[in-house]
Amino acid sequence: MRAQTSILSALRESAFASLVAAGLAFPILALGTEMDQSNRLVLEQRWSWMLIAAGLVFVGRFLVLILAQGRVAAAPVPARIWPPFVARVLPSAGVVALFLFPLVMLFWLGPQGSLKWINNYGVQILIYVMLGWGLNIVVGLAGLLDLGYVAFYAVGAYSYALLSTQFGLSFWICLPLAGLFAAAWGAMLGFPVLRLRGDYLAIVTLAFGEIVSAVLTNWTDFSNGKAGIMSIPRVTFFGLPFTASENGFAATFGLEFQAIHRTIFLFYLILVLALITHVVTLRLRRLPVGRAWEALREDEIACRSLGINTVNTKLTAFALGAMFAGFAGSFFAVRQGFVNPDSFTFMESATILAIVVLGGMGSQLGVALAAVVMVGGTEVLRELTFLKEIFGSSFDPSLYRMLLFGLAMVLMMIWRPRGLISSREPSVFLAQRKNVSGTHVQEGHG
Amino acid sequence: MTRRWLDAPLLTIEHLTMRFGGLTAVNDVSFTVGRGDITALIGPNGAGKTTLFNCITGFYKPAQGRLALARKGGALARDVEALTQSARRHAGDLYLLERMPDFEIARDARIARTFQNIRLFSGMTVLENLIVAQHNTLMRASGLSLLGLIGWPRFRAAEEQAIDKARFWLDKIGLLDRADDPAGALPYGAQRHLEIARAMCTEPVLLCLDEPAAGLNPRESAELNDLLLSIRAELGTSILLIEHDMSVVMKISDHVIVLDYGKLIADGTPEEIRNDPRVIAAYLGVEDTEEAVQVLA
Amino acid sequence: MENFLQQLINGVTLGAIYGLIAIGYTMVFGIIGMVNFAHGDVFMLSAFIALIIFLAITQFFGVTSLGLAFLIVLICAMALTALWNWAIERVAYRPLRGSFRLAPLISAIGMSIFLANFVQVVQGPRNKPLPPMFTDVIHVTSGGEFDVTLSYKQILIVGVTGVLLLAFWFLVQKTALGRAQRACEQDRTMAALLGVNVDSTISLTFVIGAALAAVAGTLYMMYYGVVNFSDGFTPGVKAFTAAVLGGIGSLPGAVIGGLLIGLIETFWSAYFSSDYKDVAAFSILAITLIFMPSGLLGRPEVEKV
Repeated sequence: MRAQTSILSALRESAFASLVAAGLAFPILALGTEMDQSNRLVLEQRWSWMLIAAGLVFVGRFLVLILAQGRVAAAPVPARIWPPFVARVLPSAGVVALFLFPLVMLFWLGPQGSLKWINNYGVQILIYVMLGWGLNIVVGLAGLLDLGYVAFYAVGAYSYALLSTQFGLSFWICLPLAGLFAAAWGAMLGFPVLRLRGDYLAIVTLAFGEIVSAVLTNWTDFSNGKAGIMSIPRVTFFGLPFTASENGFAATFGLEFQAIHRTIFLFYLILVLALITHVVTLRLRRLPVGRAWEALREDEIACRSLGINTVNTKLTAFALGAMFAGFAGSFFAVRQGFVNPDSFTFMESATILAIVVLGGMGSQLGVALAAVVMVGGTEVLRELTFLKEIFGSSFDPSLYRMLLFGLAMVLMMIWRPRGLISSREPSVFLAQRKNVSGTHVQEGHG
Repeated sequence: MTRRWLDAPLLTIEHLTMRFGGLTAVNDVSFTVGRGDITALIGPNGAGKTTLFNCITGFYKPAQGRLALARKGGALARDVEALTQSARRHAGDLYLLERMPDFEIARDARIARTFQNIRLFSGMTVLENLIVAQHNTLMRASGLSLLGLIGWPRFRAAEEQAIDKARFWLDKIGLLDRADDPAGALPYGAQRHLEIARAMCTEPVLLCLDEPAAGLNPRESAELNDLLLSIRAELGTSILLIEHDMSVVMKISDHVIVLDYGKLIADGTPEEIRNDPRVIAAYLGVEDTEEAVQVLA
Repeated sequence: MENFLQQLINGVTLGAIYGLIAIGYTMVFGIIGMVNFAHGDVFMLSAFIALIIFLAITQFFGVTSLGLAFLIVLICAMALTALWNWAIERVAYRPLRGSFRLAPLISAIGMSIFLANFVQVVQGPRNKPLPPMFTDVIHVTSGGEFDVTLSYKQILIVGVTGVLLLAFWFLVQKTALGRAQRACEQDRTMAALLGVNVDSTISLTFVIGAALAAVAGTLYMMYYGVVNFSDGFTPGVKAFTAAVLGGIGSLPGAVIGGLLIGLIETFWSAYFSSDYKDVAAFSILAITLIFMPSGLLGRPEVEKV
């Protein structure tokens, strides 16, 4: 009897939802705007789209309601703690696997077949892992919401692009310089804005990101504007270029020249950079400044009552996060050989922030997992060309990439508002290391 | 009865005034806190007690007034006057609190405080809370964390000491077995004790407690009295506390200050306060002395 | 002088549009303390809805009176956009209420990305131009360097904005709905205890905000005669700037802030360089927040210790 009424009410609710969906779909889906021969806009009727949308919402809502009924009383799952052996071995095993990844791919798929995997998946994901870990210092540990993180990434990228093309400096000199410049910018911006609280800080950092991108777009003498900076020197193997020439990398080591060598080198380079970010963050968490960051996230006023200079503490977090973005930026420039302002839009900042929040603020492993899911996931969407056979040849799956990305952000927040890994590992313990459940951890106010 | 607040003042407050818009929350208040005393600040709700605390600890900047703290020896009025004339914040161990930002008051003048609505780092463990309180010591030992990054041995030793100190305080408040639990998971009374222990880890000369007994049951309240008395006896820390529970006030304090509507209305020993008709009137707003005497008893 | 007057007219027109969007930001922030990041894209969506409805009634139903067409478009766009924002609040924000502070913000950013790309997918990435409408102009001055003109479009924009703002002001100040809304702003728990339906009040806030954004969207579509799926972000951020400048949470502040941002942007473009007009707007945002965090009309915040 109860099951029957619940199914009935689920049906009623689903019907309501599908009615709403039909209303939402009415003009925007059902009528398409097209240009005719005389460049006038005309409407194209496609009422079937509206019906499909309403039908999908009906089925989806019904399934959600029915499935939700089965697990109303499900008890909250206690935070799982890995067995000590696994916890000890897992990180190093992961690092070893990452180091072996390009070689395995190379032997398995050959130089042509492995390029996509090492470059599009390997390097691309690792850039975002590194950026996520960098921003994690600011947002996850110090609890400062930064929506303009991409500005520091841009500072790093343009530092290398300009220093190498204008002054002929090598990548290995520019890399630390790019980090320093970005950190200096971070400190400079941080000084006035870090007094702001909550969402205001987020908005000022967003404005800063937009200003940087607008300046790069419009100050043509400095950055060459929208056209960007081209023919940036490519990465070398500590001085040996990856070319087919006599003194190239391949010739020196007696290998046959292959383009994949550079990609594999780039993979190791970003892997090492990301691991440096990780190790530095892990160590800092156990040092006074790192503990002060987390204390700041928990309660800023209490920090001040204990004699902690909160402005300096925030500045170090901001500058350090910016520094890692600067490193990643100069890596980006050396990888692409070309930079323009389009790579440093608000979308990038939002993506990196989404990775940090979805990962679980403060959790290094969570951030890495989220980067794999979000960046890897959108890369996978590029591959779904078989969908063309279902939806017709005009169907372009990559168009849906960002649409699904946005939808995934919403759904993952609803599913796990505190991210994939919400529990916190204490930085010091007396008798036994016990993870702190996410429900106690605060999120910061700045 | 010696009056240490007159003979050996630690903190001298003169003509302190604090306004919020048109409201004068603290109005021309002057008193002294004696070195080694337990001083109680009492008064009806809204009397300006917490505002006064926030002025002492630098969270609010007072509109007027001088707050002079002599960390070690007794300061001569001449020294205070000379410092006031200069633009400096401190001279030797004499500090002018109204010129200092909150964190410097905690770090240099060494005034520690707790909050009415407990402010622990709830997502950090009990032990971590006490380690964070030793931030400045550890920062120095780790070369602003830079040397600590490469495993500087002096930092290792300093951290061991910090943990030892935390262990000492955990033992004192009976939370040694909860050291690795999140602070937010502790019961209410334990959180109050932990907040006091955390403040003590900064090695203060003056400990300011904002309603430490609020919400405690009689047993916890008695434990709190013992803790405060032992802090004073063993470490010589002076204590300034806001309290509503008269049994605590009368039992442990040496000196009582009464505020009402932002004004100081009485200042004396517990016995004097108990019999002061102005205090009785302030508490009840009526002349019904009989009942007021019961409340204050 | 002519130039100044002309820029003043243009600036007020642009400012009216920003002000309408800014109200949506300020109301939502006031009631649930959240920066509704998707609001700019709701505005863009409403411009598309207005465009489609306009094409539909002129092409299918052969409505020829421009005034009638405009009225129908305005009403339909307001209703449909309100429905969208209602649904967005239900799906993306309500489940996250009272949870982690960053969760609704991330959800809103996700929603913003979704909306922009949704419109791109279903309506195509190209600009959608319309033939010019209401092209008549009034010559305010003539005989000088050039004629200062005030177009019917501009009169319409400022007029519609003014009328709707008055109606909206009445709604918030004088009706039970407005009282409930203000009560929730002050203290949501207490309002609930006193029998205010908090959920539906918040829903209504989103609905009203979307309806005003739809007015802005319709006017924007008509004024510029072209819309694109990416048109949500920049006006959205500028309208948010306007809300902050006026003092977030303050309704008159949002309108004044909108006018100021519109004027600053127009004058900056006219007298300095249109390249840096966005930089000017964002710099004002940063400077306001740093030196005057409560804005022009906002209440200053006292830090609770």
